[in-house]
Amino acid sequence: MLQVSLTHFLAVGALLFSFGLVTVATRRNAVGVLMGVELLLNGANVNFVAFNHYVVGGVTGQIFSLFVIVLAAAEAAVGLAIVLGIYQTFKTIDVRATDLMRE
Amino acid sequence: MKELGPVLVHQVSYLWLIPVFPLVGATINALVGWKLQQALGKRAVHYVAVGSMVASLAVALYAFRVMLGLDAEHRFLQDTLWNMFTAGRVQADLGFALDPLSMMMVLVVTFIGMLIHVFSIGYMADEPAYWRFFSYLNLFAFSMLLLVMGDNFVLMFFGWEGVGLCSYLLIAFWYTDPDKAKAGMKAFIANRFGDFGFVVGLFLLFWALGGAWEQRMDARGADYRPTPGLGAVAAASDAAQRALLVPEVEVGGGQRVKIGPTFNFRELRDQVVIEKTGVAEHLKGQRLWGFGLLAIIGIFLFVGAMGKSAQIPLYVWLPDAMAGPTPVSALIHAATMVTAGVYMVARLNFIFALSPTAMGWVAFIGALTAIFSASIGFFQYDIKKVLAYSTVSQLGFMFIGVGVGAYWAGAYHLLTHAFFKATLFLGSGSVILGCHHEQDMRKMGGLKKHMPITAWTYLAACWAIAGYPWAAGFYSKDEILWKAFTSEHLSFLGLPAPWLGPAIYVTGIIAATGTAFYMFRSYYMTFTGEYRGGQGHHDEHNVDPHSVQAAPHSKLSDKVHASDGAHHKVPTDLADNVVRGHDDHGHHGGTPRESPWTITAVLVILAAGSILTALLGLPALWTHRPPALEHFLEPALTAEVHFAAKPHALEWIFQGIGVAAGVVGWFFARLLYKDARSAVPAELKKRFFRAWTVVYNKYYVDEAYGVLVLRPSVHFARFLAWCDQFIVDWLVNFAGWITRFFANIDGAIDKYLVDGAVNLLANATIAGGRTLRRVQTGRIQTYLYGALAGALAVVLLNFLIQ
Amino acid sequence: MSTLGRLIGWILVVAAVAGFVVFVGSRVMGPEGAGQLALGTPVLSDVLFWILAILTVVGAAGVALSRNILYSAIGLLAALLGAGALYVFLSADFVAVTQLLVYIGGVLVLILFAVMLTAQIGDVNISNASFSVGGGLMLFVAAAPVLLAVAVRVPWALRPAAPLAETTADIGNAFLKQWLLPFELASLILLATLIGAIVVARKELKGV
Repeated sequence: MLQVSLTHFLAVGALLFSFGLVTVATRRNAVGVLMGVELLLNGANVNFVAFNHYVVGGVTGQIFSLFVIVLAAAEAAVGLAIVLGIYQTFKTIDVRATDLMRE
Repeated sequence: MKELGPVLVHQVSYLWLIPVFPLVGATINALVGWKLQQALGKRAVHYVAVGSMVASLAVALYAFRVMLGLDAEHRFLQDTLWNMFTAGRVQADLGFALDPLSMMMVLVVTFIGMLIHVFSIGYMADEPAYWRFFSYLNLFAFSMLLLVMGDNFVLMFFGWEGVGLCSYLLIAFWYTDPDKAKAGMKAFIANRFGDFGFVVGLFLLFWALGGAWEQRMDARGADYRPTPGLGAVAAASDAAQRALLVPEVEVGGGQRVKIGPTFNFRELRDQVVIEKTGVAEHLKGQRLWGFGLLAIIGIFLFVGAMGKSAQIPLYVWLPDAMAGPTPVSALIHAATMVTAGVYMVARLNFIFALSPTAMGWVAFIGALTAIFSASIGFFQYDIKKVLAYSTVSQLGFMFIGVGVGAYWAGAYHLLTHAFFKATLFLGSGSVILGCHHEQDMRKMGGLKKHMPITAWTYLAACWAIAGYPWAAGFYSKDEILWKAFTSEHLSFLGLPAPWLGPAIYVTGIIAATGTAFYMFRSYYMTFTGEYRGGQGHHDEHNVDPHSVQAAPHSKLSDKVHASDGAHHKVPTDLADNVVRGHDDHGHHGGTPRESPWTITAVLVILAAGSILTALLGLPALWTHRPPALEHFLEPALTAEVHFAAKPHALEWIFQGIGVAAGVVGWFFARLLYKDARSAVPAELKKRFFRAWTVVYNKYYVDEAYGVLVLRPSVHFARFLAWCDQFIVDWLVNFAGWITRFFANIDGAIDKYLVDGAVNLLANATIAGGRTLRRVQTGRIQTYLYGALAGALAVVLLNFLIQ
Repeated sequence: MSTLGRLIGWILVVAAVAGFVVFVGSRVMGPEGAGQLALGTPVLSDVLFWILAILTVVGAAGVALSRNILYSAIGLLAALLGAGALYVFLSADFVAVTQLLVYIGGVLVLILFAVMLTAQIGDVNISNASFSVGGGLMLFVAAAPVLLAVAVRVPWALRPAAPLAETTADIGNAFLKQWLLPFELASLILLATLIGAIVVARKELKGV
């Protein structure tokens, strides 16, 4: 409806972030939680790039988002390794099973 | 009348030795007597005892010599050791005073006491507790000397109680026999009743002399104004305060007399006798609840004399006191202790003389007692009981004497009685010893030929007591009865009673007849005729079916024999043994023998004394001079009592009547009892059996006491025990219950409130923890929420602060 | 905990969150917020943008809300694709390609592998009556409106519109000049990650 502007992109990023938050908070499956984390990061990335284009200029924001991507990849790798470990220990990847720290 | 001044005091420093020697003897025998007896034999014990009495007598004789050396107004020896206590105006010193009256008493006590100690050597020879007996005897001598020598009421009362104690100890000497122990207790308790009255009288006297009376009565004495501040108990700190506390009155010749309450006899005498102090007038005017205070004082003081000197109604202990050894009966219950009452009345003659009612009461009781106990003495079979009732009767005579105002006569009769009654008792002791501890006169008889010395001395004493001339009893008794007849100073129960004197005279004459009768009866039954004894006294008891109390001789002999085994040991200093050995168990055969010299010598001395003391009291009628004793005692017995002046002829007649009374008594006794030939006594007894039984059983007075006094006391004691058990213990248990009740409440509080609070706190903490623990889910998502909530809060705060 | 207690708890939490939202929103909102919602003429790029945006958001929603984990993965694919496409609109061509290559080609594939590997265990996603559903909703309601409001209401200082340009050369230069250190560190991190992942995964396999 409107002319696409910064606001729209920020809104998309906000929604991505929110959904990612919900996913992290509510998913029982550990891999699902990791998916949520990816969503969070993507939301942040969209914000970065949007601001870079509409406000700041140059490539700094993009550099940032590249780094985010790199780290997200690294984190996903490690995370999944951990999920495998959890599976080995608990025979399930329900995050509720990993409540040994519970009272 | 001579104007009397205050007593002039002669200070000496050796009077304390007189009571102390017997005390030392008593202490030595009490502490180490047993050892002495074991180590050195009985000899050591009696040397200590008799030696102390001899020493005491020596000092007394020395004091007597000193006293005779002084002139009549100055015969007052005073030896004050130290002050026992001082309370305000009252002072009680440990002091000994000898005025003529107490000098006479001291000589009687020490002399006759010494003789009786010597007698006891022979009499108590078989007794294993020899040392204890002599210790008690010496203790008694000490107490009696304290009584007569004390210069104030406190010391006298100390001695008074002491002789009561010694009387108990000595009567119950063979305490393992319950009857004897009971007799001792009876004596002590009867004495106690008397002591109570005595102390009340003393308190009243004390009160009368000073105190709140002054606020209510006018002091009629010229200078008698006691100080109002009588409540002060602190001693006076300086002379001015002392003058205020202890007022003194000038009585002429520069002498001052202390007035007000005092314990000291001399001070009391001074303030009452000297008219200038106004104390006598003041005392006469005081009344207590409508009665004259002096009369009440006199009557209460006499209650003490009633107890100590065995007058009606407190005489009942004296016959029972015969359960003690015979020397005890002789010393205590004839010569000395029982005369303490007479001594007390004589000492306080100036108080009694102020109250005709008190005097009349004393004389009345004395006369009543004289005749009453004489009648009981008629039919007793135990020789010691006869003598006991005779003592009570003679004490009645003494009280007649001091009651009507013839103080010196009463004191004289005391002196003569001491001698002849001691002779009689010791004679009976000799007889008892000779008859192997037989006391029933029916088992005796004909002892005149076996025991001549005893018989003669006994006869002499009977002569004296019956009141024949040239033996002392005549003079004293005659004087008393004459003064009774001529008295005009007596009141009976508050009303003047001029008839009382003659009535007492008549009573006294009858009692004198009776005295002669029963004394000679005892003489004839014991010494004349044939010896009826020797059957052995472990056999049948001669128990009269109507008598309440059997003759106690068997128990006595049981006791004495059991202590030394089957036969008497022979002491080395007894020349002739009194007893043969037993051949048969239970049969003590053998005729009586005369007693050893320790006994007969004493008897002779005492009998001589009972005759020689007559010289001291030769009446003015004969010698136209006042009797020696009256003159001697005059400084002490200063009360002025009026006697009617009767013609001399009447006096001669009355003396004749007195002798006649004695002769009549003797005649009938001789008729009925000499040689036990007459059957008349048995006949009379059969005809008047019921009357005879009443008299024989002492008019059932003891039984009456049992019902009237003892039973209520026992009931009262039981009631108190019930109170203690049910009321006091109930209270205690109730207190315990209350405590438990409150403890339960406290426990409940502690359990439910306190512990509940604590548990509540703990449970709340646990519940809170349990609730808060839910935060730790262990789930990451929860923690995520937590982190985000925290971030939210921070943002919120941020906004808020801006 | 009783039903009543839980109900009360929920109401309190909802009230708190709503209040927070209103509170913050009122702070954020400016008076000029009302005027920005005017409509204009559609341009192709705008339409494309809207399509891609919707794709992205729907994909994200699918990740969040679907019960099946595989559907979530597909949703993630869509979201990532959409985001990559949106990068192109923002003149970030290198980032878009990197997104495609790394994110979708690497991470997503990895996740798909993990999903496949762990699929036979159990497929329970969100249970019904648990804390998570309501919690998720609350979270969404707490986060999304705030962020959206911020995005919409704040008057951003926009620079003048710039043409879409290539950025690869600039990025390369920036990596080797300005951002050299992070670049090197990133490589180190990747190395560490590589080793770590192997160690973690291997250990679990070997151990026990």
